[in-house]
Amino acid sequence: MLRKEEAGQEPTYSRTADPPAEQHDLGALLAFRNGDLSAFESLFRLHQRAVYGWVLRIVRNPASAEEITVEAFWRIFRSHARLDPARGFEPWARRIATHAAIDYLRKQRPDTQLPPELPAPLVPDPAISEEIRRKTALAFGRLPPTLRTAAALAVIEERPHKEVAEALGITVAAVKLRVFRALRILRKDLTKQGITP
Amino acid sequence: MNANEQDRLKNLLRRALSPVDPNAEPARDLWPPVLRRLDEKPATPWFDWALLAGLVGLTAVFPGAIPVLLYYL
Repeated sequence: MLRKEEAGQEPTYSRTADPPAEQHDLGALLAFRNGDLSAFESLFRLHQRAVYGWVLRIVRNPASAEEITVEAFWRIFRSHARLDPARGFEPWARRIATHAAIDYLRKQRPDTQLPPELPAPLVPDPAISEEIRRKTALAFGRLPPTLRTAAALAVIEERPHKEVAEALGITVAAVKLRVFRALRILRKDLTKQGITP
Repeated sequence: MNANEQDRLKNLLRRALSPVDPNAEPARDLWPPVLRRLDEKPATPWFDWALLAGLVGLTAVFPGAIPVLLYYL
């Protein structure tokens, strides 16, 4: 369909069902690849919520997630010529946003970032004390950013390994390895604090 | 670390840091800050300044290096 569009032919959509979002913005994708700002705005409006939600899953702080989303879309516009419309906008945007979030985490001081940002659980878990929750969150915040990102997405958010791998630009096996290394570091850190997981 | 330990740690993590709301949205319109960011002139990276300072220093100490540098420019 993309080749038809590029050749100036009308794309063929099914009349019985709405086309997927990526098909809706195919024209915008091609215009965006050529640096069109209004096409960029329409893509931004369409995908900002998804990108923001993805970044929020990594940094777990709404204000930081907004800041990183702005940075991510700035990087996206700068890289417009590298977009491959056949692969869609969102996976590409998610990958850029993931790297922007990791860069942000690298700049943070590990001991000071999690506690003020930590959202309270939706339903307090009686099986875990507030102290254990706090110490676990602190230990999680001390993980190296790449391991922390993999663990946040694959373990806490339970996103499919394939999706996490695409966002990080690594293989599924590498995601599993990062999660394993994150858990091993976490266990060591918690044991030092007197918590036996 | 065996599979049981991994599962226990994963459960602990999920309990300590609950997943974020899947319907979360930014609290404000992010388009204006994106536009402002696009209008900003990119800052010159520090290593570009360091390289320039190094070249100036090199030419001050070894003026004979100037023709060589010009040749490679």
